[in-house]
Amino acid sequence: MTSDRSIVIDSLGVGLATGAYGVSFGAISTASGLSVLQTCLISLLVFTGASQFAFVGIVASGGNPLTGALTAALLGSRNLFYGVSMAPKLELGPGARLASAHFVIDESTAMGVTRENRRQARLGFYWTGISIFVLWNLTTFIGALAGDAIGDPRTYGLDAAVGAAFLGLLWPRLASWTGRLVALTGAAVALGLVPVTSAGLPIIIGGGTAVLLGMLWRPRSRS
Amino acid sequence: MTALWGGIVVMIVTCFALKYAGLSVPQSILQHALTVRAVELIPAGLLGALIAVQVFADGSSVQVDARLLALGVAAVLLTLRVPFLPMVVIAAAVAALVRQL
Repeated sequence: MTSDRSIVIDSLGVGLATGAYGVSFGAISTASGLSVLQTCLISLLVFTGASQFAFVGIVASGGNPLTGALTAALLGSRNLFYGVSMAPKLELGPGARLASAHFVIDESTAMGVTRENRRQARLGFYWTGISIFVLWNLTTFIGALAGDAIGDPRTYGLDAAVGAAFLGLLWPRLASWTGRLVALTGAAVALGLVPVTSAGLPIIIGGGTAVLLGMLWRPRSRS
Repeated sequence: MTALWGGIVVMIVTCFALKYAGLSVPQSILQHALTVRAVELIPAGLLGALIAVQVFADGSSVQVDARLLALGVAAVLLTLRVPFLPMVVIAAAVAALVRQL
């Protein structure tokens, strides 16, 4: 059985690696036209990476902020299911649930959900979630100041950094054929809609169409 | 309140509500096979769409420029298992360099 010590160390390692890329969020966000205050509040109170990147990406391309928020919420819907899998492991009372919900993200779930007992599940979940939270907000602030200082984001390729960041987030999901098909459909539909709809909508319609097709399409071997 | 602040507030509230609901809602309600499958697919579909728009769109026109090259570089780096942050920085730097030429 894994020792408590090694769970804490592994969790801090994941926290360090993940928390550091708050700097790219901070820089991209302020370079997209959000203020340092808005950028830091988003990291502090939204605290779920892909949703944050999506929101500033849509705002930067001239999309309606509400469309951005809707896309962020759709991406954040996976946290709902992380919560469902973590709840029986953590066994929290009502107050503790309210205080812990904010830390339900990809990494904290990954580090908590596989543990054999409640104590170790909590160790993995909280050490990962809280270390990412602290570092993510610190690095967001640093990145936000940097992004604010450099002027035109295109000079430093920051507009291109957003696409690379999204690809990094998508990458693990390209391991399966279903993931590849769905991602490609989303991309194709969105691209086709860019000339004919307002900014932000191609993402929601493209993503939605891709999910519908993905649900209809089942690989023959296993589904 | 500006539209931007409005969007931020809506995002804050919905994203927290989703996290909290997951910890609080009884298991049985959310375990429907169709819901589970839809939620599995949402990130792939949305991220695919986000990448396409981010890389090719310029307002309402479609353009091929340094952003596509940066995406290609990112894909190569990810294949080589380069971690997230260096991958993003190198991809951005390539786009910046190409624009200087």
